[in-house]
Amino acid sequence: MEVTFKILRFNPEKDKEPHYESYRFEGQDNMTVLDCLHKIKWEHDGTLAFRRSCAHGVCGSDGMRINGKNHLACSTLLKDLNTKKPIVIEPLPSMPIVKDLILDMTDFYDKYTAVKPYLINKSPVPSDSERLQSNEDAEKLFESAKCILCACCTTSCPSTWTNENYIGPAALLKAYRFVFDTRDDASDERLDIIDTPDGIWRCHTIFNCIEACPKEINITWHISQLKKELSNREL
Amino acid sequence: MIHTFDVVIVGAGGAGLRAAVEIPKEYSCAVISKVFPTRSHTGTAQGGVCAALSNEEPDSWLDHAFDTVKGSDYLGDQDAIEIMCQDAPRAIIELEHMGMPFSRTKEGKIAQRKFGGHTKLENPNDPNSKRIPVNRACYSADRTGHVMLQTLYENCIKNNVNFYSEYFITDLIIEDGVCKGLTAIDMATSEIHVFHAKAIMFATGGFGRAFRITSNAHVGTGDGCALVYQAGLPLEDMEFFQFHPTGLWRLGILVSEAARGEGGILRNNANEPFMEVYAPSVKDLAPRDMVSRAIISEIREGRGILGSDGTYYINLDLTHLGKKVIDEKIPEITGFARTYLGVEPTKECVPIQPTAHYAMGGIPTNYDTEVLADNTGKTVSGFYAAGECACVSVHGGNRLGTNSLLDIVVFGRRGGKKIGEFLKSAEYSKFKADPFERTKELKEKILNQSGNEKVPVIRRELQQNMMDKCGIFRNEKELAENRIHIKELKERYKNISIQDKTKVFNTDLIEAIELGNLLDIAESINDSALNRNESRGAHTREDFPKRNDAEWMKHTFIWKSETGKPKIEYKKVKITQFQPMERKY
Repeated sequence: MEVTFKILRFNPEKDKEPHYESYRFEGQDNMTVLDCLHKIKWEHDGTLAFRRSCAHGVCGSDGMRINGKNHLACSTLLKDLNTKKPIVIEPLPSMPIVKDLILDMTDFYDKYTAVKPYLINKSPVPSDSERLQSNEDAEKLFESAKCILCACCTTSCPSTWTNENYIGPAALLKAYRFVFDTRDDASDERLDIIDTPDGIWRCHTIFNCIEACPKEINITWHISQLKKELSNREL
Repeated sequence: MIHTFDVVIVGAGGAGLRAAVEIPKEYSCAVISKVFPTRSHTGTAQGGVCAALSNEEPDSWLDHAFDTVKGSDYLGDQDAIEIMCQDAPRAIIELEHMGMPFSRTKEGKIAQRKFGGHTKLENPNDPNSKRIPVNRACYSADRTGHVMLQTLYENCIKNNVNFYSEYFITDLIIEDGVCKGLTAIDMATSEIHVFHAKAIMFATGGFGRAFRITSNAHVGTGDGCALVYQAGLPLEDMEFFQFHPTGLWRLGILVSEAARGEGGILRNNANEPFMEVYAPSVKDLAPRDMVSRAIISEIREGRGILGSDGTYYINLDLTHLGKKVIDEKIPEITGFARTYLGVEPTKECVPIQPTAHYAMGGIPTNYDTEVLADNTGKTVSGFYAAGECACVSVHGGNRLGTNSLLDIVVFGRRGGKKIGEFLKSAEYSKFKADPFERTKELKEKILNQSGNEKVPVIRRELQQNMMDKCGIFRNEKELAENRIHIKELKERYKNISIQDKTKVFNTDLIEAIELGNLLDIAESINDSALNRNESRGAHTREDFPKRNDAEWMKHTFIWKSETGKPKIEYKKVKITQFQPMERKY
C-alpha cells in the first residue's frame, strides 16, 4: 500500500522555522513507524534525524508525536494507523527542537534527577545476604520501575504545556518508585521535593499521561498514591 | 577541545556503569556513550542474572562453574569462570543493596528460576547421577536488564559521575604500547573532542548489527572492538557468535529463555516437542547453540512452519502456562508477540526463529580486564575492557543465558578496582602525534566525497551475507565466498557519499562511520570462522562437524591486515579442574 508521511523538519543550520515535508513510499501493515522512518532515511532522504536504538520499546529513545499522539515509533504499527490520510510525525511537544525529531531533553533529565532517583538507606546492610522484602512489596514497585524515560507522559500533560517549571509525571513516577520502596529511608526528603506548587500539586488528574505511556503504566494512580502519602503526612 | 580525566570509560551499559561506580572518589572519571545511558542495550536483557544463591533449592558455585565451562564447549578459561561464578552471589546481593528491585520468594529473598544449561546433580552425593535443571537465575519479572541498568545509572547519579552522552568514539590513541586517550565526535555539534586520560576502559558492547536478523539494538555496531582492531591490536575468538534460538520470526526481537524456563515448549509443524530428540534430559532448556541448531535442522528437514512471506519458522508454545504465569512472569515478551506479530500467547503459539544475539569473542583481556597486546599475556598499559566487547574468556564457544548480566557486574567492578590501583602511580602520557588528525580526516572524507555508493545498500548486503554464509551453519565454500564479498564491500565503501553535510546531529555521518566499523568486525568474524576447522559451541562447520580438542582447544587471536591473509595466532585455554568431555544434555 502507498503511504504518505508528513514529517516536521527543522535543521538549525538551514531553516528559520520548522516546516513539514512529505514522503510517499510503499508500506506494509506490519511495518512500525520506526521502520518507515528508516525507509525514508535510507532510501529517500539521508538528512532526516531521529533517535532510536533497541527498536522494540525498551530503550525509550524514539518517543514522538504520531498523528497527534505521543508514542514510541518502534511500538506503533502502520496497521493501527489510518494510512488513507498522511501520517503526521512531529517531535514530542514542549521541549526545544534541536534538529528534526531530536529534542533537547536536558530539562526532562534534570527533573528526573531532582527527585533523588536512587535508593537511600541509612541502616547497615546485611553482610552477606540481601535485604528481605516481601514479593508483594516488591511488586508494588514493578509497574513504576517499567518506566523507560521516553518523555511521552511528561510532554503529553497540559500542566507541562502551561508551566515549564512543572516537575512532570515521569519524575513523579520515579519519586513513587523510591518513596514506596520498603528498603528506602528518604521518603520524607523526596516528598518535600515534590510538595511544592510546581511539584505534585500541578497534577490536575487529566489522565493524558496514562494514555501516552507506551509501557501502559497507570501513572496517575501512582501520583495519587504520593498525594495520599503527602496528605497523611500533613495530618 | 581537549578534556583531561584520570579515567575515561566508554559505554554506559552495565559494565561501564558498574566500573564507574567503583572508581575511587579522588580520581576524575568520565563516561562517554553514543546514547543516553539508560538507552544502552543492557536494558533489553530480560530473563535473569544467575548466581548460586540457593534461595529456591540447594545450589553451589561449583555447579555454576561446571555448567559455564560445559556450556562454553570447553573453550572458556576456567580460572576466569571460577572467579565469576564464585563472585556471583556477592555481586547479586550488592545489586540488591544498591536498590535493584527483584522478584522475591515467599521468605522475601531474591527469587530464582530455571534457565538453559544451568543444572545440578539429581543426587548430590552421586557424581554419576543425571544433571537436572536448577533455579539459579535471579530475576525481576522479565525486565531484569532494564532494572539493572536503571539501578546502576541511579547509583552513578548518586556518585556524581560525569557523563558525555551522545559522543561517538572515532579513535583510540595508543603510542608505544601505552593507551593515552581517545577521540570522539559530539553528535549534537559534530565537533571533535579529545579525551586525554591515564586509563581508558572500553565497555562498548556487542556487534549483532553485523547480521541481518538480530536481537541487538541499532547501536550494536561494535565500535569499540573495531577501534581496537584498527589500532593494530588483536581480537579474540571472533568466530564465536551466539544465535539466540527464540527471536520473533522475521524481526529477531528477543523472546527470553525465561519463556522456556517457565515451561514453554518448542514445537515443529507436526506439533511435536522436538527438543526431546536433541537434548533428552534438559530438552527445551538445552544451551542456546544446541537449540538454535535444532531449530534450523527441523526447518531444513521440512518440519518448519511455512510463513506468509515464504520463510519458515518454529512455534514456541506457551498456551499451557496459563494467563497468570504469562502475565506475572513474562509480561514483556508476551507483549512483544502481541504488538509485533499480532499473536495472543495465552491462546496461540509464538512464531520464532534464531536471531543473532551475543558476541562471545571481542577484545582480549585477562581476568582483571587489562587488555592483552598479544597471545603471550602482555598487556597494553592503561587500557581496560569489560562486558560484551571484551573476551576474558568466560563464555568460550557459547554463553549460557543469564551469564552476560553477571559478566558485566563482576568484571565491570573488577575493572574499576584494577583501574583504581593503577591510578595510584599512573601519569598522563604526552601525545606524540596530533590526536585530532585521524578523526578530522575521516570526517572530512565522508562529508566531502561524492562517490556513488550508499551506506544502507552496502550495510544490507553485508548483513544478509553474514546471515547466509557466516551464520549458524558454516562451511569452507561459503565462508571463502563471503571473504571475497566483504573485501568487495570494503572497496565499495571507499566510494560512499552521504546526503547530510551539516553539523547538528548528522546521523548520516555517524551511520557511515559505524558501517566502516561493521565491515572490519564482519571480516574478523568471517576470517576467524574460515580458519577454525572444527565445530565447537556456536561455531558449527558442516565440513568439520566434530569438536577437535587435539588441535583446536585454543583461542583465536586475529590481527587486521590490509593485504592478503589475516594474521592469526593462538592462545591456550586455561584449564583448572574441569576436564573436557562430550557435551550432552
